[in-house]
Amino acid sequence: MTKVDDLYQEIILDHYKHPHGRGLREPYLAEAHHVNPTCGDEVTLRVNLADDTITDVSYEGMGCSISQASASVLHEIMVGLPVIEALARHDAFATLMAGRGEVEPDEEVLGDAVAFAGVARYPARVKCALLSWMAFKDALARAAEESIVEGSAS
Amino acid sequence: MTATLPTYDVDTVRADFPILSRQVNGHPLVYLDSAATSQKPRQVLDALRAHYEGCNANVSRSVHTLGTEATEAFEGARAKVAAFIGAARPEEVVFTKNSTEAINLVAHAFSERAIDPRFRLGPGDEIVISEMEHHSNILPWQLLCERTGATLRWFGLTDDGRLDESNLDELVNERTRLVSLVHVSNILGTANDVGPIVARARQVGALVMLDGSQSVPHLPVDVAALGVDFLAFTGHKMCGPTGIGGLWGRYELLQAMPPFLGGGSMIETVTMQRSTYAQPPMKFEAGTPPIAEAVGLGAAVDYLSGIGMDAIHRHEKELAGYALDALASVPDLRVIGPRTAEGRGGTISFALGDIHPHDVGQILDTEGVQVRVGHHCARPVCVRFGVPATTRASFYLYTTTDEVDALVRGLEKVRKVFG
Repeated sequence: MTKVDDLYQEIILDHYKHPHGRGLREPYLAEAHHVNPTCGDEVTLRVNLADDTITDVSYEGMGCSISQASASVLHEIMVGLPVIEALARHDAFATLMAGRGEVEPDEEVLGDAVAFAGVARYPARVKCALLSWMAFKDALARAAEESIVEGSAS
Repeated sequence: MTATLPTYDVDTVRADFPILSRQVNGHPLVYLDSAATSQKPRQVLDALRAHYEGCNANVSRSVHTLGTEATEAFEGARAKVAAFIGAARPEEVVFTKNSTEAINLVAHAFSERAIDPRFRLGPGDEIVISEMEHHSNILPWQLLCERTGATLRWFGLTDDGRLDESNLDELVNERTRLVSLVHVSNILGTANDVGPIVARARQVGALVMLDGSQSVPHLPVDVAALGVDFLAFTGHKMCGPTGIGGLWGRYELLQAMPPFLGGGSMIETVTMQRSTYAQPPMKFEAGTPPIAEAVGLGAAVDYLSGIGMDAIHRHEKELAGYALDALASVPDLRVIGPRTAEGRGGTISFALGDIHPHDVGQILDTEGVQVRVGHHCARPVCVRFGVPATTRASFYLYTTTDEVDALVRGLEKVRKVFG
C-alpha cells in the first residue's frame, strides 16, 4: 500500500463521495459552528438528545475529503448512543488522531473511523479530521446543559 | 540595433541551490511554493556560515575588531539592499524582521496626536487598501482604524483578478491619509500598475505605501521610479534567510515618524524622565538586530543582481505563460486571477472542479510536487471568487518548464483519485 492510499482509504473516499446524514435538521438542542482558520474549512453541526441518548447529529459544511468524510463517520457512529458512550468514543477518536500513527484503533469502538488511523501520520491533516468531532463535542456539551434545564423545568 | 538578450541558463541557477537535488516521497523535489518562501543558494548559506565563523559580534557597540567587522558587514548589507531597490541612501532602509513588521511600523506612526500632520489620523480620515491584500496589509490598518476612529476603505477586484480602479477618484480623496497597496498579489499573481494611484494620491496629499513582498524578489523595483513613500519587503522570499526584512521610506518621512519599539540602540540620550531618539534607521531598530540574517540578505541581493532582475523577471514571465497554457489543458481547472502572462507574476492560483485544495495538495505531494493550499492569508480574495481556498503554484528563478509539466501530470492523478 502506498503512503497516499494509507491516507485516502477507500472507506474515507466512500464517505466523502456519499456522505451519511448530511444536512441540517430539526429538532435540535444545540448547534456549534467550527472553523479551521488555516484553510477556511467550516462545519455547522447540530445535536439532538432524548433521555440522555443522541437522537440526531446533523451537519453542513465545506472542506476537504478528510473533514467531510469524518463528519459522515461521526454521524454514523454517534446517532443512537447514550451520551456517556458517545463521549468515550469521542475520546478514543481524539486519542487516535493525537497518536501520530502509533495508536492501534479498536474497530469495536470506532467503526469506520478506524480508517482515519492513517491520517494521524499527517500532522497537517489531523485538524481536518477533528473539525466536526470538536464541533460535536461542543454541541453535545451545550445540548446536555439544555436537556438538564428542560428536565428541571418539567 | 536591437540588443540580443543573454540566454537564461536555469540549470546553472539550479546548481546553486543544494535543496533542489533532494527527493520527496520517492520523486525529485518539484518546489512550486516560492511565494511562501524561496529556497536559498549556496552563496547565501556560505555568507551566513562565514559571518558566524569569521566575524560574529554585536553591532554598533564595541570598539573591538570583531565588533567593527560585524558592524561593517551589517551596514554593508544595508547599502546593498538600498542600492537594490533604488533608495537614495542606505539610511532609508530600516531592517525589520519581515514585511509584516515593516507595515506595522508605518501603521504605528499614525495617531490622533502625531506631531507631523501627515501622520495625524482621526475620525473622518481614511486609509485605502485593496481587496487583494495579504492579511498583513489588512490587519495593521483595521487595528489602526480601531485605535483612531479613522475609516478603512478598499479597491475592489474585477472578475479577472485585476484591481478595479474605476472609482479611483472617489476612493482616494481629500480625506485619504494613506494608500497601502500590494505590488504583486501573493494569491492572484496580479502585478499592479501603481502609477495612476500614486498620481491621484499626490493630488490629494495622501502618502503611498507599497507591499513589495512578492515584487522585490521577482522584478526590478526602483522606489524612485515608482514614486511611492514606503516599501515593505521580506528577505526570505528573495533567497535570503528568515527573520530579516525591510522598510524603505523617504528619509524625511522616517525622520518625521515617531519611534516604533523602544529599547537599546534606538536612543540618542536617556534619562529617567525622558529620552531622545537616534536618527533613522537606528530610531526604528531597537535591540540587537538580526545581524547574520542581514548579512545573508546582502549576499542574496548580490546573488540576484549577479543574475539580473530583468533576466529573472523574463524567465518567470515565460514560465507563467507556459504554465497558463498547460493548466488550460486540465479539465475542470479554473485559474483564479489573470489568465494571460501580461501584468502578472509567476504565481498562479486555481480551483480544480470541486476537489478541495487540501486534497489536491496532498496528492501532488506524493509526486514530490510542493504547492501551497489554503486561503494564502488573503481570505477576502477567496470570498470574492467564491472559493473556500485555492491551490497555488508559484515560480522563481530556479523553476523549470519540466516542473510545470510535473504539476500538470500530478493534477491528472488528483482527478483520478477524486473524480
